[in-house]
Amino acid sequence: MLSEFGYILLFIITAIVFTAVILFVAKLLRPNRPNVEKLTTYESGEEPDGNANVRFNIRFYVIALLFVLFDLELVFLFPWATVFGNETLNNSTDGLWGWFAIVEMFIFVGILILGLAYAWIKGHLDWVRPEVQEPQFKSPVPISKYEAINKKYS
Amino acid sequence: MELTSTVFTAKAIYVGVIFAITLGVAAYSTYFERIFAAFFQDRVGPDRAGPFGILQPLADAVKMFMKEDFIPANSSKWLFILGPCLSMFTALMTSAVIPFGDTIDLGNGVKFDLQGIDVNIGILWVFGIVSLGVYGILVGGWASNNKYSLLGAIRAASQNISYELAMGLSIISILMMTGSLSTKAIVEAQQNGHWNILYQPVGFILFIICAFAECNRTPFDLPECETELIGGYHTEYSSMKLGFYLFAEYINMFVSGAVMATLYFGGYDYPFYETVVNSFGENVANLIGFGALIGKALFFVFVFMWVRWTLPRFRYDQLMNLGWTGLIPIAMFNVVWTGLIILLPAEFNLSSWASIGVAIAGIPVLIVGLFIYHSIAGGKKKKTALAR
Amino acid sequence: MQFWYFLTALTLISALMVVLSKNPIHSVLYLVFTFFCISGHYVLLNAQFLMAVNIIVYAGAIMVLFLFVIMMLDLRRNSPDSKTNLTKLAGAVVGGTVLVIFIAATRKINLGTGADNAFYNSQTGMVENLGQILYRNYLLPFELVSILFFVAMVGAVMLGKREAGERNF
Repeated sequence: MLSEFGYILLFIITAIVFTAVILFVAKLLRPNRPNVEKLTTYESGEEPDGNANVRFNIRFYVIALLFVLFDLELVFLFPWATVFGNETLNNSTDGLWGWFAIVEMFIFVGILILGLAYAWIKGHLDWVRPEVQEPQFKSPVPISKYEAINKKYS
Repeated sequence: MELTSTVFTAKAIYVGVIFAITLGVAAYSTYFERIFAAFFQDRVGPDRAGPFGILQPLADAVKMFMKEDFIPANSSKWLFILGPCLSMFTALMTSAVIPFGDTIDLGNGVKFDLQGIDVNIGILWVFGIVSLGVYGILVGGWASNNKYSLLGAIRAASQNISYELAMGLSIISILMMTGSLSTKAIVEAQQNGHWNILYQPVGFILFIICAFAECNRTPFDLPECETELIGGYHTEYSSMKLGFYLFAEYINMFVSGAVMATLYFGGYDYPFYETVVNSFGENVANLIGFGALIGKALFFVFVFMWVRWTLPRFRYDQLMNLGWTGLIPIAMFNVVWTGLIILLPAEFNLSSWASIGVAIAGIPVLIVGLFIYHSIAGGKKKKTALAR
Repeated sequence: MQFWYFLTALTLISALMVVLSKNPIHSVLYLVFTFFCISGHYVLLNAQFLMAVNIIVYAGAIMVLFLFVIMMLDLRRNSPDSKTNLTKLAGAVVGGTVLVIFIAATRKINLGTGADNAFYNSQTGMVENLGQILYRNYLLPFELVSILFFVAMVGAVMLGKREAGERNF
């Protein structure tokens, strides 16, 4: 089994060598004539305004925290999934083991769902929606003209 | 010693072949993406380089190599280079545990597995590498020191971690069917037509949605959505580094197609396997199995492109709502329902047809549940809207 | 055995680089690399499930959270020179105390002469055996863990409260 992980090492080394070789070859082939304009930060053609150390929404941070907790829950579920359908355990308990396992997992997941529901109700999973603004512009051309054109070319 | 060295050489060749296949498929999926786009939009598409434009990927590669590459003055140079390399690296690593085929007899009693590594934790390896995929984007986006890049990277990271959870939960319902984390065991449990898609229709839908989100494909391509963020996390990239990012996306598409085929569509299983073994021998049959897996993966690549040119992009709040309040509860429901799929027929000594019946019965139950939830929550929303 | 020495050296060097590098992002990336090396150690111990979990949870989840937090900070303002002598002194005292505690704790451990074959089972680290033990013998702690997660989740939600008038992206 350990030698199998040796092949993982083979994979890792091949992937690293591959990326390094491609980058190196590209470096040899391409021209390199930098100037100040080329090296500035792209900001839609404007002069860049400050640097990119902007504070972003704290929701991203809450999402990451929740993700860590749910990831841990997943890690607990993986070994559970392997023993859930275990034949010998099932046969020795006359089929009761499966029901027992699913109930114990249901309690575990249920408590976590409570946590998710709490975050949900508190509004941490709601993101800012764009506010649709109705245009206030009134066209001098009457609507019926447009409709006539639409009818003509539809 | 002789035997191990033969196996080692075979493995080394195999690793090379797998890399060549993934890269070749990735290169040609750029071509086919453009062909399909042209077809869906009633255009001609690439037709200049070679007959039918078949040499277009080569021309693109040459362009990627020859373009000038600049590293913005404000960026952190080494992280700027590291970002795309990490993306490419994580994209290449997943294929190590996918069982591309059964064993091949090399003669002299040497059996050779058409699988990079058969480890006890195969599917966890896939899951771990997928969770590392965030780094390439996050590091690249931050190192650019560009606001659009940073926002794109943060979006990509949040999206990936949100959809990873539902993906993991749908993997767990597969594991409950099989009882093993080894990808080989998962495929072997599905031989002779017992494909998991029959028992896990909801799980498959969840998984394919999450695969779209993990690959940052439309309708989930918000990290690089050009109307809002210019190029997203790769705004500042050019030349081969940009090529790495784009390439990693196509490799991810192919590999996630292969993973879906492994988990839900029987891997290298195909109908009439026995007849082929009887008339042509086992090696030929297993090589056809290899082809079958690649074919299934390519079909999923086609689905990826088809969806891209069919569906519009999500808005960001819709995306996060779908991930957290849609997919995760449904995935948890699916885990519990999978327990019933396994336990109910065993309780009453029924055949596997009963399992399929229970699995299909899950879909209407889910739809009714969603409908009831929607009518309750929708009523509340209307009330609050009126109160305002 | 030679591979073990190589891996250990790599782990120690990258762990040192976590402390020594000035850019916090570099530190995080070195820490991720350190976790990878530790996963390599788990493989050598044939604890495959732990290896995967180490990658998924530590490298894949917790370090992403760290990166998020560090990206939220303004790095220019928190340059290393801004630390006062008092913080440096406090850091030295805390670190030194931890070192003393570790040395004191490991001083009396008897490492023995090697694996005891009578009790050694190479399959202990497999996920099936882990599941058997966790969901039969240690069921109550397992259920209590979910309460712990719940508390942590509520805490995370409380932390994420927005203050009025905050402007950010």
